[in-house]
Amino acid sequence: MNSLSELLSVAIVLLAVLVFVAGTVALIRLPDVLSRLHAISKIDNLGFGLLVLGLILIQPAWIDGVKLFGIWILVLVSSAATGQLIARHAVREEPR
Amino acid sequence: MMIWSVIDILICALVVALAMAALYAPALRQRVMFFIAFGLVVAITWARLHAPDLALAEAIIGAGLTGAMLLMSLDHTSDMPREPASYGLRIGSAAMGGVLILGLMMIVSSLYPIHDGAPTLAVSQRQVESGVSHPVTAVLLNFRAWDTLLELAVLLSAALGILNLGPARRSCGHAASLTDGLARVLVPLLILSAGYLLWKGAFAPGGAFQAGAVLASAAVVIHLTGWEKLPRVGLRSLRLLLLVGPTLFVAVGLLPLLNGQAFLQYPVELAGLLILLIESAAMVSIAGMLTLVYLGGHPHANWPIELVNPKEPM
Repeated sequence: MNSLSELLSVAIVLLAVLVFVAGTVALIRLPDVLSRLHAISKIDNLGFGLLVLGLILIQPAWIDGVKLFGIWILVLVSSAATGQLIARHAVREEPR
Repeated sequence: MMIWSVIDILICALVVALAMAALYAPALRQRVMFFIAFGLVVAITWARLHAPDLALAEAIIGAGLTGAMLLMSLDHTSDMPREPASYGLRIGSAAMGGVLILGLMMIVSSLYPIHDGAPTLAVSQRQVESGVSHPVTAVLLNFRAWDTLLELAVLLSAALGILNLGPARRSCGHAASLTDGLARVLVPLLILSAGYLLWKGAFAPGGAFQAGAVLASAAVVIHLTGWEKLPRVGLRSLRLLLLVGPTLFVAVGLLPLLNGQAFLQYPVELAGLLILLIESAAMVSIAGMLTLVYLGGHPHANWPIELVNPKEPM
């Protein structure tokens, strides 16, 4: 019942949850925009990546794994771009 | 399963909390953000209720396009200090809200127990006659095609209204190389997924509305990046774009009349092809209409062109 890949998947998803919790706490606690941005991009890149990896391991069909990987790449691309945009805006607004 | 009921209750609580936040957050910008989050959670709710068609539409239109439209109009509004409403008005609106909630609760509770009743049975029995294998598409474009046609007409009249508002808002144009690159990745993917959703609609959740909304979001991405190199849409092609869906729908609906059949009663053997044809044209028109809703005005930069003197009272 509990094969090796399922156990591995649970471990990785738990790790992802840890990253999500840490990132959320950082988002609430950190003082300024840039460090909050750092926290939230860690959630997108690392947390979501681990979540996808964990879910890929338990997909019955390999094509679903490929789709999940594609979703992760899309999230990576958009979060990198929007992160830059927000950071640029924040830096421009700073010396008021 | 126990765990799912916990998740469902959490989602319900989140929907209510986000709705409250969208109404009562202090700043307008925060309310818009909460409204976008609200749309996403409502999409998840539809998915949990096994209604993937609605979940797709809500995620694309409710959260995505409406969110983009609200954010866009935020740039042109300022937070106006609101005068507190008078005591009588507040009591009155609270009473009306209470009556509405009670009425809705009575209606919803009268629906229980939910079971696959006569309507579901009727659709599944006559599924073969519809020309498509997905029940939602069969209902939308064959059994109740009238409703869909009128929905298109409603959207068209909204778009016509918007065209009369004046020139569209200017794009803020983050012409950074980064957003340019992102758009170059996103726009082809969005067009591809619109085509996929359109084709898939015959056998699985998807269809003209979802596909049109995805196409419209590609237009939003282009507008936000401020791509100046794109060819301008002329007046004639804009009219063609908006009218091709409704016109084709009516034309296909009129054809059976020649055979002595009812309006929109497609011949069974051609139904699948006709539905695909209608949906393709409808997708293009819906994309145009939703883009206009987002732009909030005429895409022509100095519309109306032949305005003599705008200050002169007519």
